[in-house]
Amino acid sequence: MSEKPAEIMFAQACNMAMAKAMADDPKVILMGEDIADEQGGGVFKVTLGLSEKFGTDRVRSTPISEQAIVGAAVGSALVGYKPVAEIMLMNFITVAMDQIVNHAAKLRFMSGGQTSVPLTIRTTTGAGTGLGGQHSDMLEAWLAHVPGLKVVAASNPADAYGLLYSSIMDPNPVIFIENTPTYFTKGPAPAPDHVVPLGKASVPREGSDISLITYGRGVGASHAVAEKLAGEGISCEVVDLRTIAPFDEETVLKSVAKTKAAVVVHEAVKNFGTGAEISSRIHEELFSELKGPVGRVGSGYAPVPFSPAIEKAWMFSEDDIEREIRKILG
Amino acid sequence: MSDTQMADKDVMIDIFTRADLIMQSDIKFRKMIGAGQLQIVYYPVRGQEVVSAAMMAAVNQEDYLVTIYRGLHDQLAKGIPSKDLWAEFAGKMAGTCKGKGGPMHITHPETGVMVTTGIVGSGIPIANGLGLASQLEKDGKVTVCCFGDGASNIGAFHEGLNMAQVWKLPVIFLCQNNLYSEHTPMAFATSSETIKQRGDGLGMRSVRVNGNDASEMYAAAKEAVEYARAGNGPTLIEAMTFRFHGHLLGDTGHYIPEAEMEQALKDDPMPILRQQLLDMQISEADIAAIEAKNAAIIDEAAQYALDAPYPPGDEYRIDVLDVEIAA
Ligand SMILES: Cc1ncc(C[n+]2csc(CCOP(=O)(O)OP(=O)(O)O)c2C)c(N)n1
Repeated sequence: MSEKPAEIMFAQACNMAMAKAMADDPKVILMGEDIADEQGGGVFKVTLGLSEKFGTDRVRSTPISEQAIVGAAVGSALVGYKPVAEIMLMNFITVAMDQIVNHAAKLRFMSGGQTSVPLTIRTTTGAGTGLGGQHSDMLEAWLAHVPGLKVVAASNPADAYGLLYSSIMDPNPVIFIENTPTYFTKGPAPAPDHVVPLGKASVPREGSDISLITYGRGVGASHAVAEKLAGEGISCEVVDLRTIAPFDEETVLKSVAKTKAAVVVHEAVKNFGTGAEISSRIHEELFSELKGPVGRVGSGYAPVPFSPAIEKAWMFSEDDIEREIRKILG
Repeated sequence: MSDTQMADKDVMIDIFTRADLIMQSDIKFRKMIGAGQLQIVYYPVRGQEVVSAAMMAAVNQEDYLVTIYRGLHDQLAKGIPSKDLWAEFAGKMAGTCKGKGGPMHITHPETGVMVTTGIVGSGIPIANGLGLASQLEKDGKVTVCCFGDGASNIGAFHEGLNMAQVWKLPVIFLCQNNLYSEHTPMAFATSSETIKQRGDGLGMRSVRVNGNDASEMYAAAKEAVEYARAGNGPTLIEAMTFRFHGHLLGDTGHYIPEAEMEQALKDDPMPILRQQLLDMQISEADIAAIEAKNAAIIDEAAQYALDAPYPPGDEYRIDVLDVEIAA
């Protein structure tokens, strides 16, 4: 396939970003369960074709050993490699938390800057797939709480391409969260040299009445609500964080200083989520200017339910976003 | 004892020099902490000197080391300069890690010391990553990964050894089996009789040696290094040893049966090693000169650590990420 398609899928964008990073830098290596072509190119085929192109030395299928995968990524990163570890599903990150929290995130600091850990952990997750409690969690708040980690979530294929490339090249450990239910949604294809810097939010939709601050899957939902409310003359601005930690406070505060109202939207459980931090920061800086308290939309305080009927009720929705906006704007 | 041949003279002197530096450092640390001159957490290494001295005598400075909180012996044996190490233990800016790591988190890439971790067993998967890098680079380096017998009950041990064996990584897993994890004797918490059996079960080349015997330990280390450098993969060395003090300073070791401790002290590897040197016609004067030189190095390092300034408080903003973080 030589012609560049006008639209690509999210999963394809991740694949292209890894291919570019591997071609640009021989120190980029991939490891994860079943990721080499002989084992199927990953359960969602995100790494398909890469071992054929770059060899199984650089694209390594691993045992089912999340601690060992992340540990090997940490160790090789300490001596100059740029490993990309795939953790098949985000819930499995819990079994590698020691390596991530105690080692990847801290070795630069504890060594007084003598070593760094330029690794990327790619992982996928998201509710709505009927996988229930142990295969669908959004755990970004855990990771965002740990100093020394960057946490990234793209909302469209072009950003996924540009952000994943930046994550791999970043000198810090980065958790790159992909959304399983949207792997096969399409979006405009990026130019091959399209790079999205970490730590910079985008404002994909400008508005004047309220700011919807979100990332990942929340971006599409926020757009849909903004579109609907535009018909009633309510003008919503959408801020796509793209990097969750450290988040782009400047862009967020600038937007809210303009609209004087905000709702933070995410798929993760609302309690103790990233929305709490972002909303608190806005209150600290802009309290007296706000039309009302910053709203938060997230999913219910329960494990992801299996039955579609309960899962739907549990999950954050466009209706929740709309309700929150109306509450604030009166 | 073993039927291993005595290592040659130069090697024995080298091992003794490292081991004596460790022993004297341990004694001095305990003394200074006891006198209130240093207020730090300290995990004594007295009794385990020969294991690391012999292991590190078998590798090069460029080879990597991953070790644990009880790591003073490994770090000194690998060659971290005493001054830098003491200053880090004391939390000073002149320390290896600018005082941000401390005794449990020593890193010193110049001597190959890449990670010291306070999390039991977690260095094992990281050592694999260093080994993987060497395998890909074809740089001929080996990685030595030190841990205790208790660590073999952690999941990371099993995951890590399995992966190392599957990938034939140039890593030497050096289990320093001192028979205790904190207050727990090995038999109480470890299902297998030996740690070696666990390596065997994972299909790994595994050996069990008297780690307190310099020649036997050195021979095992050398063989493992050659095996790894030749591309054959990892070795698990279970080195039998003992610690003469509690888990950390302040722990009296009340849980160690008196008879066991008495026997261990009788088998103290340090006087035995010293006698072996004498038996090899190395003169008392030559040995005393090594000891005096080590004593001087340690005195200087200790004073340096005491005199050195602490880092400024806002040093915490540096090295979290590659750029300074906001206050
Ligand atoms: C994951 C983890 N669990 C518990 C501890 C607390 N802890 C510190 S040392 C230790 C004993 C470890 O014994 P062993 O591995 O035999 O090493 P040794 O101290 O004897 O050298 C324990 C339980 C820890 N540091 N990390």
